[in-house]
Amino acid sequence: MAIIPNIIFAILLALGVGFFAKNVKKLLRNIKLGKDVDVSDNTSQRWKNMAMIALGQSKLVRRPISGFLHVVVYVGFIIINIEVLEIIIDGLFGTHRIGLNVLPSAVYGFLIGTFEVLAVLVFIAVVVFWLRRNTLKIARFWKSEMTVWPKNDGNYILYFEMVLMALFLIMNATDVHFQELNSGNIISQYIAPAFSSLSVSTLHLIERGAWWLHIAGILVFLNYLYYSKHLHILLAFPNTYYGSVKPQGEFNNLAAVTKEVKMMMDPNVDPFAAAPEGSEDDVPEKFGASDVQDLNWVQLLNAYTCTECGRCTSECPANQTGKKLSPRKIMMDTRDRLEEVGKNIDANKGVFTDDGKQLLGDYITNEELWACTSCNACVEACPVSIDPLSIILDMRRYLVMEQSAAPVELNNMMSNIENNGAPWPYNQMDRLNWKDE
Amino acid sequence: MSELLKVPTMAEYTAQGKQPEVLFWVGCSGSFDDRAKKITKAFVKLLNKAKVEFAVLGTEESCTGDPAKRAGNEFLFQMQAVTNIEVLNAYQVKKIVTACPHCFNTIKNEYPELGGNYEVMHHTQFLKTLLDEGRLTIEGGKYKGKRITFHDPCYLGRANNVYEAPRDLIRKLEAELVEMKNCKRNGLCCGAGGAQMFKDAEKGDKEVNIERTEQALDVKPQIVAAGCPFCNTMMTDGVKAKEKESDVQVMDIAELIANAQDL
Ligand code: SF4
Ligand code: SF4
Repeated sequence: MAIIPNIIFAILLALGVGFFAKNVKKLLRNIKLGKDVDVSDNTSQRWKNMAMIALGQSKLVRRPISGFLHVVVYVGFIIINIEVLEIIIDGLFGTHRIGLNVLPSAVYGFLIGTFEVLAVLVFIAVVVFWLRRNTLKIARFWKSEMTVWPKNDGNYILYFEMVLMALFLIMNATDVHFQELNSGNIISQYIAPAFSSLSVSTLHLIERGAWWLHIAGILVFLNYLYYSKHLHILLAFPNTYYGSVKPQGEFNNLAAVTKEVKMMMDPNVDPFAAAPEGSEDDVPEKFGASDVQDLNWVQLLNAYTCTECGRCTSECPANQTGKKLSPRKIMMDTRDRLEEVGKNIDANKGVFTDDGKQLLGDYITNEELWACTSCNACVEACPVSIDPLSIILDMRRYLVMEQSAAPVELNNMMSNIENNGAPWPYNQMDRLNWKDE
Repeated sequence: MSELLKVPTMAEYTAQGKQPEVLFWVGCSGSFDDRAKKITKAFVKLLNKAKVEFAVLGTEESCTGDPAKRAGNEFLFQMQAVTNIEVLNAYQVKKIVTACPHCFNTIKNEYPELGGNYEVMHHTQFLKTLLDEGRLTIEGGKYKGKRITFHDPCYLGRANNVYEAPRDLIRKLEAELVEMKNCKRNGLCCGAGGAQMFKDAEKGDKEVNIERTEQALDVKPQIVAAGCPFCNTMMTDGVKAKEKESDVQVMDIAELIANAQDL
C-alpha cells in the first residue's frame, strides 16, 4: 500500500504535463496560422540576441528598479526549480530527499541553503511588485487596455509565487530530519520554532501537505501559463531569437509587389501572358493584413510572447499625447483574435469557419493605425524583442492597397508623388530651382 | 550669394566623362521646402568649401517613396524605388550623401533588395569624415559657448544607430551640448514620421511636436539642433507655438557649421 502515493503522484504529474503538452500543441498550431517568413539568416546574431535579451535580460534592466526586481524573481525562480527535480524523483520512487543520498551533505546543504535565500528574495521582490502594481498607480499599468483580466492576471501570478515560496520554506521548516541535520536550513531554522509546540506526527503532516501543495502548485502554474501573459517565461527565448536582426528603420519590401512592379517596368514582359500553370499567380495575393492569418508567424509569436508590461506604450509618442494608439493593445488584440480564431478552428473540426469578425475593425481601429509615426520607440522599449510597428504597417498596407481607405490628406500626398515625384504639388522640373534662388 | 554655389549635376559630370566623388541626394524637402532649402544650401557651401567633387541628380531625382511606404502604399514606394534605382545605376553611383534621414534610411536599407546598392551617408556622418580627413575645419565662431541641444531624428538614431556623428560636430563648435530627458535611443519623435507630416494628427490631448519642444525647452537651450528637415519644421513650429522664437533657434547642424564660418 505504500506505493499508492507514488501512483497518485505519477498520475498527477502525467496529467499536469499532458495537459500542458496539449496546450503547447495548440499554441504551435495557432502560431503556424501565420504566413511563412525567412528567418534562417544571421544565426550567430540571433543566438547572441537570445542570450543577451532573454537570458541576460539586457533590455529589462534599462528600467533599473523593475529590471532588478525582475532579475531577482527570474533567477530565483529558475534556480529554485532545480528542487523540483528532487521532488519529482522522490514522488515517483517514494524516496525522501534523494539528494541527501547522492550528494555529500555539505553540498546538499549548500544547494538547499541557496534555494532558501533565493526563496526569501523572490518573496520580497514579488511583494514589492504587488505594491508597485496596485498601490503606486504606475501609469502603464492603468491604461485603458488593462481591463479586468489583464489586471487580475498580473496579480494572480504574484500570489502564486508568494504561495509557492512560502510552501517551500514551510516544507523545510517542518522537516524534522532536515532541521536536525542543520545544514542548508539558513532561513527555515528561524521558521521552525513557530511549529515547535506541535507533535512530530503533526509536523510530518504539515511537511507532507506543503510538499504535495508545492508540486501541485507548480503543475497548476505550468498550465496557467497558456492562459496568461506569463507565457513569456517560455516564449521570450524563441521570440528574441526570431526577432528582427535588421536596422529598425528597414521595413520589409513586399515580394508580391516587387513582382508586379518589375513586370510593369520591364518592356520585355508581356503583361497579358498567362501565368504558368500551378504558379502562385493562380491565387490573387492579398496585400497587407486585415486578420491574424495575414500576419507572419513571427508576428503571431510576438503576440503570444507579450508580457503586457506596457513599456512600449509608455514610450509611444502618440499614446503620450492622448491618441488612442497603444502598441501594447495592438499586441494584446492580435493575441486575443488569434485565440478566438484558434477556438473557432477547434469548434469546427479543424477548419476555420468565417465568424464575420476580423482583427481590423473588430479589434484594432483605423484611428489607432493612422496615429503611428513609425518612430520605433515601442520596438526599442520592448524587453522581449516584439515589433508592434510591423503589424501596424501591415494593416495600413491593407487599408491603402486593398481598400483605398487612407485619410484624404495622405491620398493627396500619394497622388503628388505619383504625378510629380514629390509629396507636394511641385513640378519635378523645378527640383533644382533652389540653386538660383 | 547664390552665384557662389557650385551645384553640378550628374548629367554634366557624365557629359565630361567624369565621375563625382559622391552624389548629393537633395530630397523633396531639401528641394522644395523653403526652410529646408536653406539647409541644402548650407550643406552645399560646406561641400564647396571642402572642395568635394559632388553632383546632384537635379530634375532626374524623384521622391524616394518613404512617405508612401510608411503610409502603407507599397506599390507606389516600389515604383519610386525602381525608377530611382534605374537612374542611379545608369550613372554608376557608388556613394550617396543626404541631409534627410528618411531618404538616408530608405536608400540605405530598403533599396538594396530592389537592386540599388550604394554606400549611403547622412550629411552629419559625411561632414564628420571631411573633418577627420582634414578637408574641412570647424570653428566655434558665433556658437562658441552657446547652449545647444540635439534632437535625434528617429530615422537616423533608433532606426540606424547614428547618435555620435551629429554630437561630435556640435562639440567641435565649442558649444555646450546639453541632452534632453529623452535622447539617443530613447529620443522622442517630433511627430512627423510615418507620413504624419502630411496629415492632421488623430484626436488626442496634445501635438507630438509640442511635447518634444517642451522637453527641449526644459534644458534651456539657445539653439535646438536638428538633423532632419521634417524635424526642423516640427520643432520650429513647436518653438513658435510656445512663443519662444526670439530666444530659441532651430537650426540644422550643417547650417550651424556653415554660419560659424560665415559662409
Ligand atoms: S512606432 Fe508607432 S506605435 Fe510604436 S511607439 Fe512609435 S508611434 Fe507608437
Ligand atoms: S510589446 Fe513588449 S513592451 Fe509592449 S507590452 Fe508587450 S512585452 Fe511589453
